[in-house]
Amino acid sequence: MSSWLDYTINGLIVGNVYALVAVGLALIFGVSRLINFAQGSIYLVGAYIGWVAVVQLHTPLPLTIILVAVVAALVGLIIERFGLRPLQNSVRIAPLLATIGISFVLDQLVMLTFSPNPRALPSQLPDVRFQVGGGTIGPLDLLIAGVGITSALLLFVFLRYSKLGWAVRAASQDRDAAMQMGVDVNRVNQAVFGIAAALGGVSGMLVGMYYNQIDTAMSLQATLKGVVAEVVGGAGNVPGAVVGSLLLGLVESYGVAVFGTSYRNLFAFLLLVVVLVLRPNGLFASARQAPPEPLTGTFIAPSRPLRIPCWALSAAVAVFAILPLLPVSFYVLQTLINAWLLGMLALSLTLVAGTIGQVSLGHAALLAIGAYTSALLSLTLNLPVGLAIIAGGLMSAALGTILISPSFRLRGHYVSIATLAIGEIVSLVILNWESVTRGPIGISGIPPLSLFGYDLISPASIYWFAFAVMVVLALLQARLLSSHLGRSFRAIRDDDIAARAYGLSLNRYKSLAFIFGGFAAGVSGGIAAHLYSYINHETFNTQQSILALTVVILGGLGNVVGAIVGAVALVGLPEVFRIAAEYRILIYGIVLLLLVRFRPQGLLGTI
Amino acid sequence: MAEANAPLLSLRGLTRRFGGLTAVDGIDLDLAKGGLVSIIGPNGAGKTTLFNLVTGLDRPDAGEVRFEGQDITGLSPERLAAQGIARTFQLGRVFGNLSVMDNVLIGAHTRLRAVKPAVPVIGPLLELGLALLRPASVKAEEERLRDDVKAIVARFGERLLPRIDQPAYSLSYANRRRVEIARALALKPRLLLLDEPTAGMNPSETAEMQALVAELKTEGLTILLIEHKLEMVMQLSDRVIVMDEGKKIAEGPGEQVRTDPKVIEAYLGHGLSGAAEQENAA
Repeated sequence: MSSWLDYTINGLIVGNVYALVAVGLALIFGVSRLINFAQGSIYLVGAYIGWVAVVQLHTPLPLTIILVAVVAALVGLIIERFGLRPLQNSVRIAPLLATIGISFVLDQLVMLTFSPNPRALPSQLPDVRFQVGGGTIGPLDLLIAGVGITSALLLFVFLRYSKLGWAVRAASQDRDAAMQMGVDVNRVNQAVFGIAAALGGVSGMLVGMYYNQIDTAMSLQATLKGVVAEVVGGAGNVPGAVVGSLLLGLVESYGVAVFGTSYRNLFAFLLLVVVLVLRPNGLFASARQAPPEPLTGTFIAPSRPLRIPCWALSAAVAVFAILPLLPVSFYVLQTLINAWLLGMLALSLTLVAGTIGQVSLGHAALLAIGAYTSALLSLTLNLPVGLAIIAGGLMSAALGTILISPSFRLRGHYVSIATLAIGEIVSLVILNWESVTRGPIGISGIPPLSLFGYDLISPASIYWFAFAVMVVLALLQARLLSSHLGRSFRAIRDDDIAARAYGLSLNRYKSLAFIFGGFAAGVSGGIAAHLYSYINHETFNTQQSILALTVVILGGLGNVVGAIVGAVALVGLPEVFRIAAEYRILIYGIVLLLLVRFRPQGLLGTI
Repeated sequence: MAEANAPLLSLRGLTRRFGGLTAVDGIDLDLAKGGLVSIIGPNGAGKTTLFNLVTGLDRPDAGEVRFEGQDITGLSPERLAAQGIARTFQLGRVFGNLSVMDNVLIGAHTRLRAVKPAVPVIGPLLELGLALLRPASVKAEEERLRDDVKAIVARFGERLLPRIDQPAYSLSYANRRRVEIARALALKPRLLLLDEPTAGMNPSETAEMQALVAELKTEGLTILLIEHKLEMVMQLSDRVIVMDEGKKIAEGPGEQVRTDPKVIEAYLGHGLSGAAEQENAA
């Protein structure tokens, strides 16, 4: 029994930490209807500021906390002022994408400054344990609980009794009405981002002390956990976020107790998906709400897409087709093979995120499903590689669509959260389902690409294979877009309520989009598996999902040619300029930010 | 059970509550085939909510909706569209990035047969396959619908036809309303619900719209109309229903309703500004 009390205490303490992140997310969502994907990065910054203070400046604990809170708040203010305020009148997807870009930039800056190696963050507190009932509790647990409760009280007093707190509450109930009554919404946003960032930063520092370790992978995990807690409690609901966080902490802690540590995150994301499916407005929202008002802004930026004449496209295809016959280096072919693989993923994502408007942040999961299916079929059943890759595509199409289907009833930013969570679930299942996926060891010795019994060993043959597959997929997709399905998908993206009123079933058409897109992504993953000869659960990660999203936005959402142009540009340009690998992610983040700000319709325009 | 002279649409005790507010409160309504009934009432009377209940975008807490004698209460909007119920939206919901042609073609979606075989389970996959392969039957159907759309768009004269390939976001407000009505007509509806079709239109545009609605009525289309411009309501309607605070407060021929003291009370009771607006519009 005593261990159960320990797990309960641990769950509540961890929940307390999540609450500090989730409350910030809830405040921001309440005021600006935005899920701030950069919240985890601020948490990361907080952890590293804490490390600088403790290890290098030797500040006492109270000063450390204040220093972390102030620096994190400053970062939050900068994000609000320069990252988000310019996007106020932009399309609805823009601020979400901007926070993703900001998060990549911040994470990479921390990584470049402090190196990706984990560091120890000593807690400065005496290492003693007190007996409580049958369990034990340490001073750090008490500190975390104390900081959590103190912040909740301060926040309550601020929101309830200060003038700015009133303005925050007014703006979150009805932003337009608040503006008309003279509330300075920009100041409210500043206040909210400052508070959210201070809480997030302190939370990161406390977690670093709790586990006595900090590293840059903390950021995404924190964002995910905070988002889970916030959505469970009901987006924008501050007390709900606290309860959701404690619940999440307990669910994780008991899950770990029963099944083991590697299941911790699986429970968090399953909880999220269950809540999104059963109660998309959170546990504490009333079951049935008034139907949503007609949407004023469009989801994606309207534009007149650039029409590229047919002869120019044919000429471009011809040039790339004969490229291996010209005296080009192995290195150029290698780079372009990567571009073609990314191009296939981007074709898939531009259909799903652009054409039908389901901005997926977990698209790499489709690569993983295709890769594992193809690798395992060719290894265990000796299926010819060509057939195995097609089977991988079909498996991605089927399994991907089934996994994503709970999110079909969600809208806007919720779709992004759900797909992110589902992507994480796929990766965690691969990690834990050892009897099939070989777990953390991964799969090695995957047979090389081959076609009709001939192994494709030379770079030129691999190049031709990847290029041909991509061109065929692109032609199929272009044909799909010119059919009645193209206009049906786009109609659902532009206004799903009007689309339903004209007989378009959202489930049916979202499924078809994911089936078609899943196939392309699965084929890309399958080819990659045979090309790399080794894969594990981390080969296809969230970074690739975000890279694909950047490619798609660069090319223009829904734009088939744009997806390929974007892939060549984002893979090729860093090679041309010989940019070191660790700076590339930073550059992708900056490219995403600049695009969202200055050219949301991408290079070739949205379709 | 469908009798020869049974109403096409009939509502019985239709009720919808939002928290403490009863937006639609026990509404009864009968609409004969080929008839035109208008619903008027002050802002917030529950007219649009009533439309949402009939078209399946919202579900009633009590009461029933019958269409051709069949209970259709709580069916999804997709199913209702397939049964031949089309609507326009109060604030205008065109597909901004789609061309006028594509917008109106979406209206004809429920009429797709060749490309959407009615096969259970694998139907969607067949649809995907047929969309990619495009056999002659699918091509012919698409051509037929495109010709149809051009004919419908031509009803709006030179207003829309020259802009048929332009994206809807580039159109004027009045033209977007026209696209919505064209989209509804493309469904070949048996029941058409128009939610303030002339909102935001100037007098000459309003007159054109009124002429079009009159023409549709002559062609035998059954129409349920929400409209604030009383002159138009009086000239077009067989019957007028007045709603206030969710309830039906009067029903009858236009002239009778217009002089009903309860109706005048409802408009004046909600503030003189509202009444003045009605007078201006009339």
